[in-house]
Amino acid sequence: MFHGVSRRTHRCGGRRRFAWAFGLLAAVLSWPMAGARAQEGPYFVTYGRGLEEPGNLEITLAPVLGEQRGGGDFLAAALELEYGIKAWWTTELYVDGQATAGDGAVLTGFRWEHRVRPLLLEHWIDPVLYVEFEDITEADKTLLEVVGHDVAADHAVPNRIAQGARLRELETKLILSSSLGDWDLSENLIAEKNLAGPPWEFGYAVGLSRPLALAARPGACTLCPENFIAGIEMYGGLGDGRGAGLRDTSHYLAPVLAWDLPGGPALRISPAFGLNAASHRILLRCGISYELSDFGLRRRRRARGGDAE
Amino acid sequence: MSRRGGMAPAVAALAACALAVGAMLGCAAVGGLDGEAAGGAAGAAGAAGRHGLASVPASAPERVNPFGESPDAVAAGGKLFLRHCAECHGDAGRGGRRGPSLDSRRLRQASPGALFWFLTNGRLAAGMPEWSRLPAARRWQIIAYLQSRDGGWPGARERAGVYSTATTAHR
Repeated sequence: MFHGVSRRTHRCGGRRRFAWAFGLLAAVLSWPMAGARAQEGPYFVTYGRGLEEPGNLEITLAPVLGEQRGGGDFLAAALELEYGIKAWWTTELYVDGQATAGDGAVLTGFRWEHRVRPLLLEHWIDPVLYVEFEDITEADKTLLEVVGHDVAADHAVPNRIAQGARLRELETKLILSSSLGDWDLSENLIAEKNLAGPPWEFGYAVGLSRPLALAARPGACTLCPENFIAGIEMYGGLGDGRGAGLRDTSHYLAPVLAWDLPGGPALRISPAFGLNAASHRILLRCGISYELSDFGLRRRRRARGGDAE
Repeated sequence: MSRRGGMAPAVAALAACALAVGAMLGCAAVGGLDGEAAGGAAGAAGAAGRHGLASVPASAPERVNPFGESPDAVAAGGKLFLRHCAECHGDAGRGGRRGPSLDSRRLRQASPGALFWFLTNGRLAAGMPEWSRLPAARRWQIIAYLQSRDGGWPGARERAGVYSTATTAHR
């Protein structure tokens, strides 16, 4: 299904950049501070109401393997650094890259997002406001959101051409999240705009998930159902300001499974299935997250002359 | 993705973004670490105000913990406490780097329903996250554990063995 993604990527200059990115990840992971349990939700594309705890830094590496019609299959990845500034305000930096079979590996840019909870108490539906600045190229294949008339054929463009088209975009989302019994239902409405000019592009993402066991067992366990969350998400484009609708849009349906390892890291996996001819037939996503607590707080306390520990 | 170039609007948008973020950071700095740092290891004095239990609605305390005083629920709650709460409140719940001590009179006197409401909603303005992300059953288990803690509610000392076992087994 996926042919030779790694076959020729080793010869490319992008490999050195990937090495830098992973070196940075290793350096951050080796930072001397306490680890904490990753709080990542089960979804890859859909956002829920959960924000990062204040002072915690969550590091996630989320690769996606995609089958490409009319081009080389690709492996794209986003390195995500998520930080809780306040209990109601989370910021996240993404560094994106991809490797395409027969076409090399490239870093495709960065994204910087903020998520804010305007209501401080729980309601039957909880809104979260999201704003993101993206500076990426058309070679980006992380598919962290699907908007407008994004289709699989966009990713068949050779890297040397796609890398030349820079996209500086503002993305906003209205994130709505509800608890239906012990199910989580999250809906995202997306509006994205190239800062160079119109049109606005629209998209959606919907996710439904539930822990495999609701109550915890008394004893420690690794593979017990309480550590797993299963669900499904669906996402796609809704056209743009010039022609909203489903024509020339792509859509995906993706079962998700998250596993919280008792030692701290969280793993997620999700095969996403394209729902129409404009979509990739299949995307395989996986993610690993690790959380560092008190990142930055100690230094701020020292600067104030307070006790650091 | 729209495919157009042009630097000036991007630079202007970046500048606006930086200004907005700067303003927010300034507000955050004025507010300081309020909830997080103010708690610290400061002990129980004034903890009631910081815990924010005064904001619990009148109907919330009527809810009853479905697990009651089940030893299994207390043990599971101890495990969950270490996993989710100890990072801020300390392993023994007596205050940590970011969260206040949970050994306060106000907390000891609170009903399970009031604690459940508070755990569900958190106190975002003071740094306490909402825990609605945990299934309700696990929130009740945490409350069962909190109310069994040594030095806390009636009957706590009798359950101390269960509590100690749960605490050490999952550390």
